[in-house]
Amino acid sequence: MEQQKHNYSLVVKKDCPTCALIEPVIKQLSDIFNNSLTIYVQDDPSFPESVTDKIDDSSLEFSYKQNIEIVPTLIRSSDGLDEQARIFGWDKSQWQEFTGIENLGANLVDFKPGCGSKTQDPGMTEVLTLRFDTDRLQARKIELAESEDIMEVCFERGWSDGLPLVPPTPLRVTRMLSSTDCSADEIVGSVPPDNRPCTIEKIAINAVMAGCKPDYLQVVIAALKAALKDEFCMHGLLCTTYFSTPVMIVNGPITKQIGMNSGVNALGQGNRANATIGRALQLIVRNVGGGIPGGIDRATLGNPGKYTFCFCEDESDAKWPSLSMDRGYTREDSVINLFAGSGVQPFVDQQSRHPESLVKNLANSLRSVANTRSFGMADAIIVISPEHRRVLRESDWTKPNLKQALYDELKTPGADIIRGKDGIAEGMPAKFKDILLNKFRDDGLHIVGAGGKAGMFSAIISGWLASGEKGSQLVSQQIN
Amino acid sequence: MSEFLLDPTAELAPAKRQLIPRLQSLKGATIGLLDISKPRGKEFLDEIENLLLDEGAEVNRYIKPTFARIAPRQLNQRISVECDAVIEGLAD
Repeated sequence: MEQQKHNYSLVVKKDCPTCALIEPVIKQLSDIFNNSLTIYVQDDPSFPESVTDKIDDSSLEFSYKQNIEIVPTLIRSSDGLDEQARIFGWDKSQWQEFTGIENLGANLVDFKPGCGSKTQDPGMTEVLTLRFDTDRLQARKIELAESEDIMEVCFERGWSDGLPLVPPTPLRVTRMLSSTDCSADEIVGSVPPDNRPCTIEKIAINAVMAGCKPDYLQVVIAALKAALKDEFCMHGLLCTTYFSTPVMIVNGPITKQIGMNSGVNALGQGNRANATIGRALQLIVRNVGGGIPGGIDRATLGNPGKYTFCFCEDESDAKWPSLSMDRGYTREDSVINLFAGSGVQPFVDQQSRHPESLVKNLANSLRSVANTRSFGMADAIIVISPEHRRVLRESDWTKPNLKQALYDELKTPGADIIRGKDGIAEGMPAKFKDILLNKFRDDGLHIVGAGGKAGMFSAIISGWLASGEKGSQLVSQQIN
Repeated sequence: MSEFLLDPTAELAPAKRQLIPRLQSLKGATIGLLDISKPRGKEFLDEIENLLLDEGAEVNRYIKPTFARIAPRQLNQRISVECDAVIEGLAD
């Protein structure tokens, strides 16, 4: 019976001791198979010297497209070049059987494992994806003139929040996209104020600019999904003259996986994940949505959190329900919560050793959210520190006790805070004068644990004046 | 080889930078006249100034220290905050 004709492809690299070992085998194969064998060399096409016909694959195009992981790899194809089988490394009996050459490499050792293909070098996957999957990135490419400074271009194009950006080169964006299973052209939603469709690719570009690691991308995607929920009212939040902006609070296992900070200086600087995830959402709203300060963003003063305001909750106390658990998730869920918040107001209590005292003092500070006569308007988040949580814990109080006690303590007769009372024009409309008023809406006061172990200080993050159904409500989005 | 960046925006604006919007009217606008220190630039710009004043514009005059070098940054900044548009006398 006539033997079926085969074609063979051999991929080698000089910088591989196994490839060097089998040079006599390569020569033997070349002599026997002649034109049916094509040899691809990944690094130095002068190798192997004993063979003349070789193809320089230093671009790695063949190796990438054939998914070569180990060298040497020998591929057997049909006459029509469809791959039938492949072997890799050096296993004498396997190679002899595969090629049908009984004395192939007869003088060599029986076995020597191969080396990693150059396509597997660190960072190479994304380089090759970019080089050979040219349709993956759809965003417009901005060509730089030789005289242009790449950092300055990012400012001049209007992409920056005022701070330097990481230039979004195609390679960096490809690396960012490598962390998600989402397709680059998947549309997450329309970003206000221009209501422009935002793809995963645009999110990745802005995440690169913000300084995110690829690991953070899934959190940024979830943050945008949360921001686009109708009840969050991103459009109004951006346009308002008020201070507020998205405050992002992350819960669940993801916080440890990407190294977020819930401890010392949790609301401050110094943690890359906290800083850049918050900034990425702001940049998406700016660049994709067109939300530019002085344009659609009409904030009278704004607040420094408009650069970035993102942290995670300290979930070390199993008895303390997290914010996302308050929203119906479990501790095993990774969730991002968005709150339309303003700056940080300190709350100091170094004397209270009982919850009753702590609550009265905290309630007094909470009265000043927006102003001391603004009731049922701005929501608030209390970021409660470990030392204040200790005071509660030692009296077997947990979050629901604290919240209820604060609502009770803050109930105030309308007559005390109506307009004109005590010579102050600001206040509640006169129609509330005979009503007992709540400082916060029923779902308008949220409590989050965070902070360093030392310091009897907690924080109040006051919300947007237009809190609730008329404006923005806290929203949560699971991180996939 | 050229370097590329990927556009982070919704790509509503053209890739090339645009001119800023043109003035709709000269009336009440402040127009800067920049003399680059070439000979006879002053006389030329005097005539331009008269034409602009006739149109109801206000005119600020500026002068570069030397035509051979780009304008000092402070001068550019002054013009950008003090004027709605600028006319530069480029040659003699």
